[in-house]
Amino acid sequence: MAVALVLVLVVVGSVLFHFLSPWWWTPIASNWDYIDNTIIITFWITGVVFAAVVLFMAYCVFRFRHRQGNQAAYEPENKRLEWWLTIVTAVGVTALLVPGLFVWNRFVSVPSDATEVEVVGQQWQWSFRLPGKDGKLGTSDTRNVSVENPLGVIASDPNGQDDVVVEAADLHLPVGKPVKMLLRSIDVLHDFYVPEFRAKMDMIPGSVTYFWFTPTKTGTFQVLCAELCGQGHPLMHGVVMVDTQEDYTAWLGEQQTFAQLSAPQQVGSAE
Amino acid sequence: MVDITPADAVPPAEVAEMELYHPHSWWTKYVFSQDAKVIAIQYSATATAIGLVALVLSWLMRLQLGFPGTFDFITPEAYYQFITMHGMIMVIYLLTALFLGGFGNYLIPLMVGARDMVFPYVNMLSYWIYLLAVLVLVSSFFAPGGPTGAGWTLYPPQAIMTGTPGGQDWGIMLMLISLILFIIGFTMGGLNYVVTVLQARTRGMTLMRLPLTVWGIFTATVMALLAFPALFVACVMMLFDRALGTSFFMPAIVEMGEQLQHGGGSPILFQHLFWFFGHPEVYIVALPAFGIVSDLISTHARKNIFGYRMMVWAIVGIGALSFVVWAHHMYVSGMHPYFGFFFATTTLIIAVPTAIKVYNWVLTLWRGDIHLTIPMLFALAFIVTFVNGGLTGLFLGNVVVDVPLSDTMFVVAHFHMVMGVAPILVIFGAIYHWYPKVTGRMLNEAMGRFHFWVTFLGAYLIFFPMHYIGLMGVPRRYNELTDMTVMTESAHHLNSFISIMAFMVGFAQMVFLFNLIWSIRHGREAGGNPWRATTLEWQTPQTPPAHGNFGKELPIVYRWAYDYSVPGAKEDFIPQNMPGSFGSSREPA
Repeated sequence: MAVALVLVLVVVGSVLFHFLSPWWWTPIASNWDYIDNTIIITFWITGVVFAAVVLFMAYCVFRFRHRQGNQAAYEPENKRLEWWLTIVTAVGVTALLVPGLFVWNRFVSVPSDATEVEVVGQQWQWSFRLPGKDGKLGTSDTRNVSVENPLGVIASDPNGQDDVVVEAADLHLPVGKPVKMLLRSIDVLHDFYVPEFRAKMDMIPGSVTYFWFTPTKTGTFQVLCAELCGQGHPLMHGVVMVDTQEDYTAWLGEQQTFAQLSAPQQVGSAE
Repeated sequence: MVDITPADAVPPAEVAEMELYHPHSWWTKYVFSQDAKVIAIQYSATATAIGLVALVLSWLMRLQLGFPGTFDFITPEAYYQFITMHGMIMVIYLLTALFLGGFGNYLIPLMVGARDMVFPYVNMLSYWIYLLAVLVLVSSFFAPGGPTGAGWTLYPPQAIMTGTPGGQDWGIMLMLISLILFIIGFTMGGLNYVVTVLQARTRGMTLMRLPLTVWGIFTATVMALLAFPALFVACVMMLFDRALGTSFFMPAIVEMGEQLQHGGGSPILFQHLFWFFGHPEVYIVALPAFGIVSDLISTHARKNIFGYRMMVWAIVGIGALSFVVWAHHMYVSGMHPYFGFFFATTTLIIAVPTAIKVYNWVLTLWRGDIHLTIPMLFALAFIVTFVNGGLTGLFLGNVVVDVPLSDTMFVVAHFHMVMGVAPILVIFGAIYHWYPKVTGRMLNEAMGRFHFWVTFLGAYLIFFPMHYIGLMGVPRRYNELTDMTVMTESAHHLNSFISIMAFMVGFAQMVFLFNLIWSIRHGREAGGNPWRATTLEWQTPQTPPAHGNFGKELPIVYRWAYDYSVPGAKEDFIPQNMPGSFGSSREPA
């Protein structure tokens, strides 16, 4: 009796907690409300299944608890029932999977008008690089990383000369424009994660990974590292500011290009 | 009504009587014993002891998370060492060792009607190598620099770099050596379990008459024999990278402004190897739990397990499928994103056989005669937590839903519920169930009920709310949750609540351990078959069973393991070795 009651309470408590507790995701600030919707669908389907199974158990425990003289039924198999349950489950799982795969297809198909922005992770800070007037990022190599060239840009690549380098400072993005984040690391694994954008991806030394999104709200958002990267991992915060186009242009005008940053060094090496 | 087939009609496995090694001294009887039952106790005691270390580590983590800034001795470095050792100990050295080395050794020979494992000497070596692996692991706590703090997944490059505790000290080396030893020891035991199930079953014990406990442990062992080699090579390769300067997993790296002497390696290769082991590992822990809980439910509900054959095929199917889902741990690892389509599909397919198992457990309760004994309570609690944890797996397995949730506390809550809490509840249920066979006495009922309620409700209150902290976007593996915009004041209070629950659940385990020791002398005498169960381990001439298990003659099996409440039979159970026809038994075959 008590056991059945507790099982019912587990279901009721879980459902109430879900709807009444103050702990829920942050307001979204990107185009990935598809992902939020898929999570909501998943909550509904799994919630119904959880409640159904546990309440059924509670009923069984109450109704079929041992009393003097009871005897259990003897029913080794029930082919029809077993097949029905299998089919219903398969349908439910498909209902989760299909929308999920559609949204994933969107997630991995970068729109052709997305601007490329490079994020470079290192223990324990974020740097960024934006393409200059030519709209192209120059190539890079970890082997080139030095104090003067913190992102390892290859100086001989003309595309790289006008790249805007933002070392260990805030990234600004214009609102409403799709961006393709190109992710790079020069030491260990990191993961560029802004909870409000819903998207994230690991950064692997030696590779360039990516994801894309469109910021939909102006404001200041915190960047967190979501892949364990050593002792400084929890403190590896950064800032993304989503600006109006005017603010963004003004900010961009204040930034230095790779050529400007490496100019004094070239003078130095000529001596 | 079908006549019960006499033993001759069932093709018996050919079993030759085996020569047992008989101990000559106290040392060979209790220490260097070749009796699978003694080895099982040794495995279980060692696993429990190291498990206690993991429990204490979890308290230390919860102290830090629940009351940040209060405990100075928990430095970031120490915190990472705690999470790493906690995870590794729980998954490998406790759960794997206890289910396979502990329950496997004790139950396989008894349940299939064998005198012992087929290679008793190798079986003994298996335990001693396991013990050595545990000692090497423990020694890393005392090594210069302390144990590794790389996270239990040991992802390179950070695992072997200076920014990670133990990365350039002894920690990571000892960890890798310990894992290598564990795998060697496990392989010795694992071959034993597989060959014993296949070759040493008694007359009449066909594969489709095996109790589901044996099916679960057997399938898990086969999987472990196939999966552990991937971890083995990954460990060896990383050891080379760390000690010899090779670059299997190490690309060109600039560490704190300095170019390292590595180049060309692939960090993601390690992840593939790790998870090719790591995902089957989840089921290596889960399948024995599935099997055991099936038998607990059937016995204590006095009802045959519903859909036995479907249950067997579900176990085998899950085992096979679990080898093609590994990269669902890597959706945001930076592997080619198109892999996501494949692995999301395989991952969600595996939900179908898993759901079938759940249905069959609850349908076994339906129209049963449910005795709410402590093993049954734990079995019920297992279903609740397993269903909960399994369903959140549908979030994380569905590739795009995983994107915001991966590497957050949601993942931590999910895997603790599904492969921490759920299997451990089965372990507890199984201990309450088989303790009378092992010791001849029952565990204390009052302490048992206290242990059950605190553990079940406490664990649920720890991990259910934790999902929502992850949903808010709080990443896992953070010792500092301050200065985070997503972490609200109220969420800090929730974290404190979770920590207090964790201490209470931990305390209940002390009561359980006390009960284990106290009942050896003071428990109620159990007799040979206190639960009135059908399987062979309850039909031994002595309790605890003597070396050789079954006296002079091995039992002969006449029926499946689930003849409970057969209509027309005198008793509500018919042991597997009971000849003759009783009532209207309908064994599925």
